[in-house]
Amino acid sequence: KMSEMSAMNRKNIQKLAESLSRQVKHFDRNETESLITLFNTLLGEQSDRRAGSGLDRGRFRNVLHNTFGMTDDMIMDRVFRAFDKDNDSYISIKEWVEGLSVFLRGTLDEKIKYCFDVYDLNGDGYISREEMFHMLKNSLIKQPTEEDPDEGIKDLVEITLKKMDHDHDSRLSYTDFEKAVRDENLLLEAFGMCLPDTKSILAFEQQVFHNTTET
Amino acid sequence: MGIALTRAAQWTTACSGTGKLEITPLNESLLKEIIRFVEPFQARHPEEAALVFKEPLEWVTTLQASDFKTDYDISGSTMKSQETDLDGNPLLHLHASSIRVRSFGQLSKVVQFARDKQLKEVRACLEVNRDPIANILGPSFATVEGEDTSVLRLLEKVKEDKKDSESEVKMKMLILLQQLDMQLLNTSLKQISQEVRLAPAAVKNEVELLKRFCGEGEKRLLKSVEYTSDYEFSNGCHTLPKRQVHGEICYLIIKPCDTDALYITCSTAGVFLNGGIKKEGEDTDYERKSDMYKNLVMLLKDKSPHFAENIDNQDFAIYEEPSSTKKNQHVESVDAEEQGQTQRSYEHQEKNVHEKTRQQPAQNKPSSKKKLEPSLKWKNLGLTSLHEDRIDNGKKSGMYEKNISPEASPISPETKKRANLSLSVSSRQHSSPKTSKTPGGRPGTEEFSESSTESEEDEEQPDRRQETNTDLPSEYWQIQKLVKYLKGGNQTATVIALCSMRDFNLTQETCQLAIRDVGGLEVLINLLDTEEIRCNIGSLKILKEISRNSQIRRAIANLGGLQTMVKILDSPDKDLRCLAAETIANVARFRRARRTVRQHGGIKRLVGLLDCVPEKAAVLTPEQEKDIEVARCGALALWSCSKSTRNKEAIRRAGGIPLLARLLKSPHESMLIPVVGTLQECASEQSYRTAIQTEKMIEDLVKNLNSENQELQMHCASAIFKCAEDKKTRDLVRQYDGLQPLVSLLKMSDNKPLLAAATGAIWKCSISVENVTKLQEYKALEILVGLLTGQPEEVLVNVVGALGECAQEPANRAVIRKCGGIQPLVNLLTGTNQALLVNVTKAVGACAAEPENMAIIDRLDGVRLLWSLLKNPNPDVQASAAWAICPCIENAKDAGEMVRSFVGGLELIINLLKSTNKEVLASVCAAIAKIAKDEENLAVITDHGVVPMLAKLTNTTSDNLRRHLAEAIARCCMWGSNRVSFGEAGAVAPLVRYLKSKDTSVHQATAQALFQLSKEPNNCITMHENGVVKLLLDMVGSTDEVLQEAAAGCVANIRRLALANEKAKYG
Repeated sequence: KMSEMSAMNRKNIQKLAESLSRQVKHFDRNETESLITLFNTLLGEQSDRRAGSGLDRGRFRNVLHNTFGMTDDMIMDRVFRAFDKDNDSYISIKEWVEGLSVFLRGTLDEKIKYCFDVYDLNGDGYISREEMFHMLKNSLIKQPTEEDPDEGIKDLVEITLKKMDHDHDSRLSYTDFEKAVRDENLLLEAFGMCLPDTKSILAFEQQVFHNTTET
Repeated sequence: MGIALTRAAQWTTACSGTGKLEITPLNESLLKEIIRFVEPFQARHPEEAALVFKEPLEWVTTLQASDFKTDYDISGSTMKSQETDLDGNPLLHLHASSIRVRSFGQLSKVVQFARDKQLKEVRACLEVNRDPIANILGPSFATVEGEDTSVLRLLEKVKEDKKDSESEVKMKMLILLQQLDMQLLNTSLKQISQEVRLAPAAVKNEVELLKRFCGEGEKRLLKSVEYTSDYEFSNGCHTLPKRQVHGEICYLIIKPCDTDALYITCSTAGVFLNGGIKKEGEDTDYERKSDMYKNLVMLLKDKSPHFAENIDNQDFAIYEEPSSTKKNQHVESVDAEEQGQTQRSYEHQEKNVHEKTRQQPAQNKPSSKKKLEPSLKWKNLGLTSLHEDRIDNGKKSGMYEKNISPEASPISPETKKRANLSLSVSSRQHSSPKTSKTPGGRPGTEEFSESSTESEEDEEQPDRRQETNTDLPSEYWQIQKLVKYLKGGNQTATVIALCSMRDFNLTQETCQLAIRDVGGLEVLINLLDTEEIRCNIGSLKILKEISRNSQIRRAIANLGGLQTMVKILDSPDKDLRCLAAETIANVARFRRARRTVRQHGGIKRLVGLLDCVPEKAAVLTPEQEKDIEVARCGALALWSCSKSTRNKEAIRRAGGIPLLARLLKSPHESMLIPVVGTLQECASEQSYRTAIQTEKMIEDLVKNLNSENQELQMHCASAIFKCAEDKKTRDLVRQYDGLQPLVSLLKMSDNKPLLAAATGAIWKCSISVENVTKLQEYKALEILVGLLTGQPEEVLVNVVGALGECAQEPANRAVIRKCGGIQPLVNLLTGTNQALLVNVTKAVGACAAEPENMAIIDRLDGVRLLWSLLKNPNPDVQASAAWAICPCIENAKDAGEMVRSFVGGLELIINLLKSTNKEVLASVCAAIAKIAKDEENLAVITDHGVVPMLAKLTNTTSDNLRRHLAEAIARCCMWGSNRVSFGEAGAVAPLVRYLKSKDTSVHQATAQALFQLSKEPNNCITMHENGVVKLLLDMVGSTDEVLQEAAAGCVANIRRLALANEKAKYG
């Protein structure tokens, strides 16, 4: 009976993979299947298991931290938000595969969009001075000698605005951000690391895609 | 006196043996001192005067027996003193002109009697008795270097045997002599110290010191001190070499506070005012206009009351005479030391300036650390203490640097990054890149083994620092702030700071130097060591830009940046590899950097970058395009590196040549330029020239001559220039139709480097006759003649070289004449560029083979110009001129008369037979063969000794020289008894051996010479003895009629002599 169940399950997964891989860029059917399997595994570990809901915040952050070496709480939170398209605080299987497609293999355009979403903390379509300050506030060593310990951060914000705010409205619109990144790719993750580096991508793909194709 | 005599006295021949005491003021004063010692000796120390010498002092005297008074017995030519030793031997013995003296008493007398010949006698005596003390007291007292224990031993002896009065006397004598020695040394020192000459280092030192007196405000002693030329030759002089010959070190313009500017010449003899040299030029007045002063301070004291007053008031004891304990022969090493000092002081000065720049920003912050000040404490301390002070300061500043030196300890990139973050951002904490230079010291041996085909950047270019007193540009402060964020920021902040820094105009020197001066380079290079790719990329993007500045390049290399960049070449990230290679391309513009790249495995890695798919592939994936870009950057770096010989070799060994050959097929100029650039650079090596030919690269090089891009055209032409020394390559250039595009490049007269490369390629190609024919078709000669005027020398050398080759074809000689080429060619004979002169003489010589051309050359006095080039010191020029003279004599009307009209000309050319250069000798022999056709001239050169000089050369093994030497001998036989003289000088036997040479052209000339010589019976005997007959008989069968005839004639002469001999015997 168990084997029947798993056979059923397997068939379902394959079917799901088939359909998802047609909707999502960058992954083929096998890869999608591997990602679904991984998703299910992660879901299995999850304590409060509610059918149909998906990965919760904690579980997802564990993945970001352990697999992709992210450390900044706020950024990880924002990455979760970016994955969680329907804002239901759970990442569904579809959101998982779609999110990873950008996260791992996104084109520059997709990544610009993704990063902007991550950095637009309040989701109003602009990265404001305050948001920048918030994201950069831990990026400099505090100088005990400085009168204003935040002086450096404020200055960094001004530098960033000067460089990226093309329409001079003291905030970054998507257009500003996109243009700045196109001119200088290094600015893609201007306000904090929210994409994995090449090494962890390779490691992740190696582990997930290769292990499963064998089984 | 022993030491004084060996050390201080100036002997003509270096050390021992019988030298001569030169007649110099120093020696004279020494001798006088000795005379003053000897003359009253008898009276002053009667006891010691009686001491009998162990060995007599013996010398050749000019004194006669009659010069001596009583107390002497004279018998014939011998004279003996009545005073004798215990054994009854006379203490003075004069026989003929040889005098022997055995006591100081007698010596005293000799000196007294000698009167006005005193000096002469003492000198003669000392010249043969180099160590008189050994004679006087015995060999155990001979002067020794170092510790002398003879006195102690003697003292010992005196103590042992108190009654031995002789020992005591000896002891006293020794003490007296040593006193004299001391006295002599003192005298000589006084002399020497008066003569101390100024050295460039000393002058430089003084100028540096005086510069510190300049400035603003009441206290300054001088307004300014400036060299007329800041350029310093390697010997430390600032003057043109022609003036250095006069001992002139530099010209200064010193503006005192109270008088007009002083124009001063510093020379080795001293310091004086000149005629107002502002800049060395044509109408420079080098004349001395004042007294000679010992140094600048003395002169200034005299000329500027303000200076004199203040320098005295402040009691500055600068620049005492160099310490007088230094002895003559040590002067050189002392100089070297001084030079070292000045250099250190120079660096130190810079550092002070630098220190100040760093301090200024710190001023608005509370700073507890002591401010470093340029030390002015050296008053009353003189040079040495000044130096110590400097070292002291150096140490102090060194302490700061330890904290942040990036190479202080080998730490992992992670910890390094953390270390970066934890740095407290005080503006004080930038290390001076200058001082961290030492760890990367340069091993001297290799330094010299590297050659460079391109002009090397000046290795010792002084760093320029921002002046403290000038207003720093606003960029400076902004950059400083950004560097602060780089140091104290996490990856995000670092990337923002890096991106922002890129917004500055990094091509501007202000920004480049600002980054360095605020310690930015250390941080940027440190970032390369982190694992953060974005930081690596951001940092390299900046380094790539600012490394266009030569000072930054040096600083990057000094900070170990090259090593890290070489490592990055292994990165999986292609952008990163590109950037690293491009930055290496910029940094490796100087020798040491190129060596560093090689020594850290950079060449192999760079060659590895070249490996990419052929660009011709129809559709390229983005990845493949990236690979091609990586290869392009690799080629750029190799191009820079390929300027060192060893790197060329390393590229070849890393398998670079086939990869370059593949990239040479690229359709893109951006790829082709570095690839061809590298190839043409490496083509200085034979291995590359061969490879360029065998790997079929000539075809591609020729193809790219037709490119639209002038730089690419230039490199292609330059590669062909270097490769076309090889005949096969020349043929390939023609076969791929390369000559026409080369000729059309001759019209690019605005682009001189291109023109130089194109003319160079044409020159080398024209060595092949087939190519000359083609060039004629393309009317190249006409264009080349047009380029004979108004072109820089590097073009002229090639143009003239090409014309010289083309003119080997008789038809072209007329072409050159018809388009007016003779006159400009002859005009170029007055130049000074040696390479050009070699080519011009060759071209003129080739043209002179045509009588019509010769008429023009003669009219322009070209032969005289050629002749005067025989005086050129360069043997290549001498030889080339002598070769050119041959056709001139051959074709000129009244050549004999013309040659005679050159005053001293014949003597000049004969003297060149003393040259050691084979080519010079061959060419001169050829010229002599022509000159000797004129009987009158032959007579003159015979008087100048041409016969023994030629005979001396006959033992040569060089076939080229043999041939022309034999010609010359054949011609010179035609005068007087020269045949006999040649025989007597031993020229005949070697000539016979020439017939065994493999070179048939030697045979003809030799046979002619032998034929001439065989007209003298004694020569026939020599020839016969050396087995000439058999050799000549073979030659008689030759197809060369001249040879045949000469050989036969010679054999006939020998036979005739033999017959006559037999007849005489038996008839």
